[in-house]
Amino acid sequence: MSFLELRKVTKFYGEGAAQVRAIEDVELSVDRGALVAVMGPSGSGKSTLLTIAGSLEEPTSGEVLIEGAPLSKMSRNDKARLRRRTIGYVFQDFNLLAGLTAVENVSLPLELDGVSAKRAYATGMAALEELGLADLATRYPDELSGGERQRASIARAVVGERHLLLADEPSGALDSTNGEAVMRMIHAACKRGVAAVVVTHDAHLASWADRVVFLRDGRVVDQTSPPPSPESLLAPAPEP
Amino acid sequence: MSVRHALLALLSAGPKYGFQLRQEFEASTGDVWPLNVGQVYSTLQRLEHAGHIESDDSAADSPQKSFRITPEGEKELDHWLRTPPDMTSPPRDQLVIKVLSALVVPGIDVRDVIQVHRRYLVELMQMWTRLKEDEAEFDLTLALVVDAELFRLDSVIRWLDAAGGRLQRAVIDPPIPSTVPLLRRRIVVRR
Repeated sequence: MSFLELRKVTKFYGEGAAQVRAIEDVELSVDRGALVAVMGPSGSGKSTLLTIAGSLEEPTSGEVLIEGAPLSKMSRNDKARLRRRTIGYVFQDFNLLAGLTAVENVSLPLELDGVSAKRAYATGMAALEELGLADLATRYPDELSGGERQRASIARAVVGERHLLLADEPSGALDSTNGEAVMRMIHAACKRGVAAVVVTHDAHLASWADRVVFLRDGRVVDQTSPPPSPESLLAPAPEP
Repeated sequence: MSVRHALLALLSAGPKYGFQLRQEFEASTGDVWPLNVGQVYSTLQRLEHAGHIESDDSAADSPQKSFRITPEGEKELDHWLRTPPDMTSPPRDQLVIKVLSALVVPGIDVRDVIQVHRRYLVELMQMWTRLKEDEAEFDLTLALVVDAELFRLDSVIRWLDAAGGRLQRAVIDPPIPSTVPLLRRRIVVRR
């Protein structure tokens, strides 16, 4: 069973003559441990796809299932719980709370979910440690570099039992070295069993994915095949 | 790829044997460009003939023959390192020609042609990224070689993206034929 599944998901904004189609009949499934990238130009519907997959918006038609459970059958409270416990978001502009330290930002979703402050702090520290950020845990966002802030936001996205990571242009504002570090972390989270969807227009980011899905005018038009072994890139050794 | 200058670069660190140069050449290019022994010795002969290197004559034609760079060789190496390759005119690129040709074929959606090539290039980038993920984190030369290839492929994908965007705009808002003398006639394509 896929961890995340979109079945014929369509989203229209506005009505009548002013109606705009954001995505139409999108089918997507992501297994535990898989990293899927969604590529497409601006306005192709990438961000809409992500917000609907993350239950931040409702589709006009179609169904989103997380661990086999349809979101349309869930109450608002159920969906809020799902967002706190299961889904982690990573945004281009990090969205860390300025008045909280890195570890407080990471442990906040757990506290909101009723976990004791002490346990939430320990779990937050463990998530930061896993991403090599333990030394910066007590710093505030404005005391961190762009790359460090994004790493903290990834720690927040995968803290505790969150198993679905949704990232929107996660390295948009970072240089290529920090962008690569961010993708290495998302990839490492997938190896630990997290299912991840990264939307991007950047082929460098997308190339970290197991599968790349291409969107055009709100529709899935193509996807990559599983890549063969990289050994085929290396030239055979010449005859001595 | 100038094997001649790559060998000079390796010799600039100190005298070396032929077989040693082959091993170090392959290591310094991330093992992506293999080189056979014959190529190494024929290149060394040419370099010696040009006065860019000299050898220990006492061990002629022996695997133990050692080579070292001369002051002329050092000058040549420095000149090569600082001379940008000729990139003034666009190369004759098969992909560009395919997309331009698709424009004039009736019944073809050029955006579909572009997508086929985009997917292929992204798949190649996925393979290079796997290589980097598996090996390059601990191997600086391989990481540099893989980065060079990833950026090259990415630049082609960016061109395809730009071409797709330009085509879409051209459908909505067709370009007005220009009366200005065509600059494009003067763009020389490298063969």
